[in-house]
Amino acid sequence: MIFEETIGTDTLKHAVQSVQAVQALSDTAQSAAEHSEGFNFAHLLDHIKDGREVDFPGGHFELPHFEPVHIGSLVIDLSPTKHVFFLLLIAVLLLWVAVSAARKHRKSLIPTGFTNLMELMVLFVRDEIAIPNMGQAGLKYVPYLLTTFFFILLMNLAGLVPFGATATGNIAVTAGLAIVAFVMIQVAAIRAHGVGQYLKHLTGGVHWALWPIMIPIEILSLFTKPFALCIRLFANMTGGHTVILSLIGLIFLFKSIYVAPVSVVFALGIDLLEILVAFIQAYVFTILTTLFMGLGMQSEEHGQTNTEHH
Amino acid sequence: MFEINPGLIVWTTVTFVVLAALLAKFAWKPMLKMLGEREDQIRSALTQAEKARTDAAEMMKQNEKNLARAEAEYQKMIREGRALAEKLKEDIVAKARQQAELELTRAQEEIQRNLESAKLQLRSEVADLAIRAAEKILDETLDETKQKKLVDKFINQLPKN
Repeated sequence: MIFEETIGTDTLKHAVQSVQAVQALSDTAQSAAEHSEGFNFAHLLDHIKDGREVDFPGGHFELPHFEPVHIGSLVIDLSPTKHVFFLLLIAVLLLWVAVSAARKHRKSLIPTGFTNLMELMVLFVRDEIAIPNMGQAGLKYVPYLLTTFFFILLMNLAGLVPFGATATGNIAVTAGLAIVAFVMIQVAAIRAHGVGQYLKHLTGGVHWALWPIMIPIEILSLFTKPFALCIRLFANMTGGHTVILSLIGLIFLFKSIYVAPVSVVFALGIDLLEILVAFIQAYVFTILTTLFMGLGMQSEEHGQTNTEHH
Repeated sequence: MFEINPGLIVWTTVTFVVLAALLAKFAWKPMLKMLGEREDQIRSALTQAEKARTDAAEMMKQNEKNLARAEAEYQKMIREGRALAEKLKEDIVAKARQQAELELTRAQEEIQRNLESAKLQLRSEVADLAIRAAEKILDETLDETKQKKLVDKFINQLPKN
């Protein structure tokens, strides 16, 4: 519990900081824009902001607009945005890459070229993430974990490509991923122990008189896990881009060509760091999901959550 | 600026679920199955190799044992052969010696016999000569048998030399 809370508050703090940073930047940009004619600083932020337009070399196109869907009192606007576009683009790309790798595999047991790289990562997810945390029972969740890992990784990397956008830098996208993770964590726990045991686990195994306190806490803890996942990924992906944009923004803020080399060098450094972060965050999201699934699968009694069994 | 777009949550969730289902069916499961198969293959190949190695070692040991046994047998055979040859040689030599001795004795006997017969012949010659001499002297023909008996008696009376 303490562990989870630390993650929660830490990442929350991180997120708040980066949001504040972006807002501060945006304010600075706007005020700077007022002073300098001809360049709109807010335009820089389009890179992290969601929007209705998708840029491509030589222009941009407008995405279609749908009528909002009404479900009860809930109004959901399902119009595709830039992030939706990249979400789908990455999904198609991943589908193509992974299926063609699997095809190649079917032809021969000996991996070659690109298949080797795929295999390396697939084996990493299976042998270093799934099995150590969930044991042999976790093998059936490996496909889900692989999709999570590769999808997040490619979305993270997409933002580093010119004209690309980081869908994972949008909290709604990470929330969607976290919802799936939440469902998977519950499914893993229920499949491992049955509904009865799962509900019993929610009472924390304490005296019934304490249930009114314990049950809300346990339920809350169920939600904090994916919530932490959601915030962490969002904050990390937004943070890096914000720093890059801030560094580039400095050039325009100072209106001096001499700032440019410094800014560009620093931005390049951060960019390289971002590549690393893209991998790390995809890994972290996957391994934490696995860890939470593993905890739910192996905890017979509350308090034995850390006993490993392979 | 940082409002959460619920539509995007829906998009993400749906995209992810569809993607996960498609990838699981067409990419991950075949890939994982193949990886498992290959691992099994490697494992069985290793087990087989290990078994072949043990078998070979076993065979080698067996061969060495056989070789040692063959060597021992061969040595024994040589030893026995040599002993047999030795014995045979001794036998042959002994037999040859015996034969030689026998031949020698036989030759001696032969010589003895010849000597005896020569003596006898000589004696009869002498007797005949004596008789003829006596005949000539006496000029009278005696019955040969009677004469011979007479001479034999005379010779027998002679001391043996």
